[in-house]
Amino acid sequence: MRILSSVPRKRVSFAQPRQLWRSRRYVSRRRILSLIRDWTGRVGKERRGLPAPLPGSGARNGGNMAGARGGRRAGMEAGARARTGKRPAEQDPELQEAGSSEEPSPFTRPDLSQSAADSESDSSDSEESVFSGLEDSGSDSSEDDASSIEDGKSRNIPKITQDKSQAGATLQNTKEASNQSQEPKKEDEYAEDSSDEEDIRNTVGNVPLEWYEDFPHIGYDLDGKRIYKPLRSRDELDRFLDKMDDPDYWRTVQDKMTGQDMKLTDEQVALVQRLQKGQFGDASYDPYEPALDFFSGSVMIHPVTNRPADKRSFIPSLIEKEKVSRMVHAIKMGWIQPRRPKDSIPQYYDLWAHEDHNAILGRHKMHVPAPKLALPGHAESYNPPPEYLLSEEERLAWEQQEPGERKLNFLPRQFQCLRAVPAYSRFIHERFERCLDLYLCPRQRKMRVNVDPEDLIPKLPKPRDLQPFPTTQSMVYRGHSDLVRCLSVSPNGHWLASGSDDHSVRLWDVYAGRCLKTIPVSGVVKSIAWNPNPAICLVAVAVGDSVLLLNPGLADQQVASSTDQLLSAFSPPEEPARQPVEWQEASGEEREQGLRLQIRHHKPVKQVAWHGRGDYLASVVAAAEHTQVLMHQVSRRRSQSPFRRSHGQVQCVAFHPSRPFLFVASQRSLRLYHLLRQELTKKLMPNCKWVSSLAIHPQGDNVICGSYDSKLIWFDLDLSTKPYKVLRHHKKALRAVAFHPKYPLFASGSDDGSVIVCHGMVYNDLLQNPLLVPVKVLKGHTMHRDLGVLDVSFHPTQPWLFSSGADGTLRLFT
Amino acid sequence: MGGLEKKKYERGSATNYITRNKARKKLQLSLPDFRRLCILKGIYPHEPKHKKKVNKGSTAPRTFYLLKDIKFLLHEPIVNKFRDYKVFVRKLRKAYGKSEWNTVERLKDNKPAYKLDHIIKERYPTFIDALRDLDDALSMCFLFSTFPRTGKCHVQVIQLCRRLTVEFLNYIIASRSLRKVFLSIKGIYYEAEVLGQPIVWITPYAFSHNHPTDVDYRVMATFTEFYTTLLGFVNFRLYQTLNLHYPPKLEGPGDKDSKDQDEGAYAMDSESCLEKLSALSASLARVMVPVTEEEVEMDEFPADGENAEQEEGLRKEREAQEMHKKLFEGLKFFLNREVPREALAFIIRSFGEDVSWDKSVCINATYSENEPSITHHIVDRPTQPNPVLGRYYVQPQWVFDSVNARLRLPVEEYFPGVLLPPHLSPFVTEKEGDYVPPEKQKLLALQRGETPGYVNESEDEDSEEDEEGESDDQEEEEEEEEGSEKEEEVKLKVMEEQRTQGKKVGVTMGTLKLEDKHRLEQEEANEAKRLAIMTMKKREKYLYDKIMFGKRRKVREANKLAQKRKAHDEAVKAEKKKNKKARRA
Repeated sequence: MRILSSVPRKRVSFAQPRQLWRSRRYVSRRRILSLIRDWTGRVGKERRGLPAPLPGSGARNGGNMAGARGGRRAGMEAGARARTGKRPAEQDPELQEAGSSEEPSPFTRPDLSQSAADSESDSSDSEESVFSGLEDSGSDSSEDDASSIEDGKSRNIPKITQDKSQAGATLQNTKEASNQSQEPKKEDEYAEDSSDEEDIRNTVGNVPLEWYEDFPHIGYDLDGKRIYKPLRSRDELDRFLDKMDDPDYWRTVQDKMTGQDMKLTDEQVALVQRLQKGQFGDASYDPYEPALDFFSGSVMIHPVTNRPADKRSFIPSLIEKEKVSRMVHAIKMGWIQPRRPKDSIPQYYDLWAHEDHNAILGRHKMHVPAPKLALPGHAESYNPPPEYLLSEEERLAWEQQEPGERKLNFLPRQFQCLRAVPAYSRFIHERFERCLDLYLCPRQRKMRVNVDPEDLIPKLPKPRDLQPFPTTQSMVYRGHSDLVRCLSVSPNGHWLASGSDDHSVRLWDVYAGRCLKTIPVSGVVKSIAWNPNPAICLVAVAVGDSVLLLNPGLADQQVASSTDQLLSAFSPPEEPARQPVEWQEASGEEREQGLRLQIRHHKPVKQVAWHGRGDYLASVVAAAEHTQVLMHQVSRRRSQSPFRRSHGQVQCVAFHPSRPFLFVASQRSLRLYHLLRQELTKKLMPNCKWVSSLAIHPQGDNVICGSYDSKLIWFDLDLSTKPYKVLRHHKKALRAVAFHPKYPLFASGSDDGSVIVCHGMVYNDLLQNPLLVPVKVLKGHTMHRDLGVLDVSFHPTQPWLFSSGADGTLRLFT
Repeated sequence: MGGLEKKKYERGSATNYITRNKARKKLQLSLPDFRRLCILKGIYPHEPKHKKKVNKGSTAPRTFYLLKDIKFLLHEPIVNKFRDYKVFVRKLRKAYGKSEWNTVERLKDNKPAYKLDHIIKERYPTFIDALRDLDDALSMCFLFSTFPRTGKCHVQVIQLCRRLTVEFLNYIIASRSLRKVFLSIKGIYYEAEVLGQPIVWITPYAFSHNHPTDVDYRVMATFTEFYTTLLGFVNFRLYQTLNLHYPPKLEGPGDKDSKDQDEGAYAMDSESCLEKLSALSASLARVMVPVTEEEVEMDEFPADGENAEQEEGLRKEREAQEMHKKLFEGLKFFLNREVPREALAFIIRSFGEDVSWDKSVCINATYSENEPSITHHIVDRPTQPNPVLGRYYVQPQWVFDSVNARLRLPVEEYFPGVLLPPHLSPFVTEKEGDYVPPEKQKLLALQRGETPGYVNESEDEDSEEDEEGESDDQEEEEEEEEGSEKEEEVKLKVMEEQRTQGKKVGVTMGTLKLEDKHRLEQEEANEAKRLAIMTMKKREKYLYDKIMFGKRRKVREANKLAQKRKAHDEAVKAEKKKNKKARRA
């Protein structure tokens, strides 16, 4: 009993609320009640033999039990009590009286109210009731002895009617609670919760009382007699009088079940007041008392519970047995292997004992073995020769280079002795980089070109075998004060005509190197051409807008005069045709100078070219029209524009030496026109940026073409319209190219100041391709305003070469 | 119209290569596993010839592996071990998370492990192949053996590396196959000739490492894993060829001790044994003690013409090698405390017998400093407090230079406190046109002068000198070529002037013009060459120019070095003079 009472109190600290809650939730109240009852009953039975229970505890239990049993067995109990004579008989009549006389007095329990302080008597009273109840429920063989004892006890206790005690269950409980501070209330709460026990004096049950409104009675008591409603005769006046007279009027309430007025005791009033204030019903209950841990942290010498060990702790576990058998089975089946001893030392043996030299396991042809690391040079030594140490500038340069670009991946340093050499800070880095190279670097087998550079040089026939060709500079013709743009050699090779930017045309004696004649002209001489017909002594000069035809008068008298006659034999036709140009005959002073005819174009003339016979003359005009090329016939003084439309800017024109063809070089292409049929025969594509000059092989089947992008292009007309060969001998733009009329030579002059003479053998056999061999680089002209050689020309009979340059000289190479 | 349409990139080189990601997916491996597999199996990316074709028209930078390589990897048993390991890690993590320590222990006991034996055999079908690829393995193992025992990698790996490298060094000593040594600022290079294969490795100087953060130690550890296995098998085989016990045993009393301890147990098991081995002072026990050193005499073949010369040369070379092997025989060395003991002990023991050191430096010191029979005492201090008479005190460089020179160099230049002569790399063989430092020339002269056996080298020397002369000539020629144009112009100008100014017509006495025929011919040839170069095709011209550029650069560099040396020598001379003057005054 004590344990029971004490344990829950202590548990409050940590475990109780939860357990309480749980028990409340899951176990029905009735069940709990019955359990408590049984248990207390058992204990009670056991303790019955004990001399005397402690007054507090006994009273408590008694109260509990009394509440618990309630009216369920009320009738039976009452019968039993009546039988045993435990209940004083006087009580019943009292009740009767109360019921009839409607006096509140019997319910007010004077003894209780009076002896509020007297706990002894009160407790004993409740104890009495308890034991009586227990005895009833028990109904055993020991009943008699127990009853006799109790009887003895109960005799000196003031008698209370059962009804009374039950009716005041609530009140009693609260009272008990107030009296006995240790008493936990919860059991009483359960006791009064039950609807059975609610109505104790009135047995109508849990029905609305309105149903009895029309009846004189309000219900039935335990004996089945009517409980009559009190006579409600009192009016306002009576009530007022009561109010005035009765000092306890304020504490008088009406019991609805019985209709009686009842006075609340002081305790009850105090309880009501406390509840109204929201305080605990039990005044002495301290909700904040210090918590006492049931299971404290400190280790005690005694166990908390003295419970003996379970039986199962002595019996071998079946589950474990099952587990073991399972493992045994696994071992039997070989599922679990015993642990092998670990061998931490790797075992080595002769791996290559049976090596097969032919076996290439897992390797294929594409395997590229990793290259070995480069071996260290002198510079890596800790004490290198002084020349391998970097100077200050070299060191700075090294530091500024990207690490990947450096030739050495370290700075060479010198130490006086081995003792002074520090650790190399990048050692781990270098090993790591090597590792990366080994597994991450893509490998490729590269064929290293291991050629002797001499083998790359093509084997050419020796220049000596290709002689004659001009080798040395033998003559310089000085006289022009500005760059000499053009030159032309007379067909017999005696004279040389040159036109310059100093507005003059000079005629030179080739052998003596003397200037024979200087003819001032009106502008810059763009082009000059000696009539190729040896019977005519005539020079065409392009100056400004016009082409001048000069008779220098250097040839035989006969030739000169015949030329003049030829020119003067012209008789103007009856009706002059409309011509694109204007023919003018020179007279007076100009004639004295040698000028015979002037062909006035209306645009600046760039170039003149004679036909091989010497009667026709072509001129190129700088105009963006189809009239860029004009053909003139000197004997009839007729001119015409052969083309209907232009194909770009014409750079230069040339007549085929033997057939009626005209070559017209535009910027990117070379066209070959048939003059008689008046159609385009061929279009040659030189694949260069800008054609500068053009020369036709004397046999007419090969053409060379110089370009400003320093290429010399050789076309074989029989072969293709594509270049047969492109020669990049010069370093700068080509200005002029020329074929030798007799010897297999051609030359090119360039802005780099050099003239390159090549051997260009054309075979009559169509199957054999032309042989092109450079034989001589001729230098002599000095650079002037970034210009070098402006024109080249061969001597008609000798292997001599004339060149004119920007330095104002003409040179003869022999 | 007939026939199926040929699709692009479905045949040819596009199908022979596979990108790395695809390969990884095919193998179902994570990138680290793939990397490890590639390292172990020696698979590397290939650079395809036509990258765009292989890349299916794209020019994005990608690494390509050969498809065959990847297919070859598919059947590798180690891949399964990788997967097992992954599972193992997962289980272990789970067990740790659940605090199941028993499970953790059990799992750790059953940790999946793999062996690399089959991979070694596969990658190196013959022993010679393995020897050829030993350079990196040795360098890496030597590096790892110097790592501290904490951090970076497992202690077992470090110990294993140390053990293997010590074994290898002992083999080199036993077989006397060390050839060259070089003190570089990075570390010490060694070259040994094992079974005819030159093996070069580098060891760092004995300092603690500053571990860099931008190095992936996992990669290095994977390489080391492979290299240790390789080196172990190679060591076994090498020891076998010399009839040595493979787990090496020391000769003499040390052997008995170990026998007492545990018969047949591995010598390295005890720390002391490893230390004794690493002391490098004791010889190794042989399985069969050779009765007598039987000189393998080469059969003499009847000499005929060219062969005779060749054979003579070979014979001499062989003799020189034998001499080289016995370089330090008969000398007794003592190493002072401050010199790097392991390197010097290794070198001296590889060429002779006797070396000792201070007891406090290392165990197995065979004799003390006071031993009167010591001939060479290696010192790296400016002065020696109380020198003993009857021995040379030399700096460590003497040993290195002597080994490289294949003869005992005069010790005068290497006395303590003396300014050392430059230490030259033995790995450089100067070709024609290369710069040869004067020290090397001196050394070659010394070799020639003292040992008449070195015919080849002396010849080399001669030829080198000749070539030098030639190269000088060539340089001159080049200069001439460059200058010739100008010269010509000048000449022409003079001629012109003569012509133009010589207007006063008159005949002066002609001077006899002596024409140097040889020179003329050469000029002509040069001109012909220039013309021929002009006619070269574009591609060939490019190549030719490149080659010539390289040659010229080489010459320039050699000249630069020579010039620097000259300037330096002059400066030194001037200083000396100054000092002398100062002394006089």
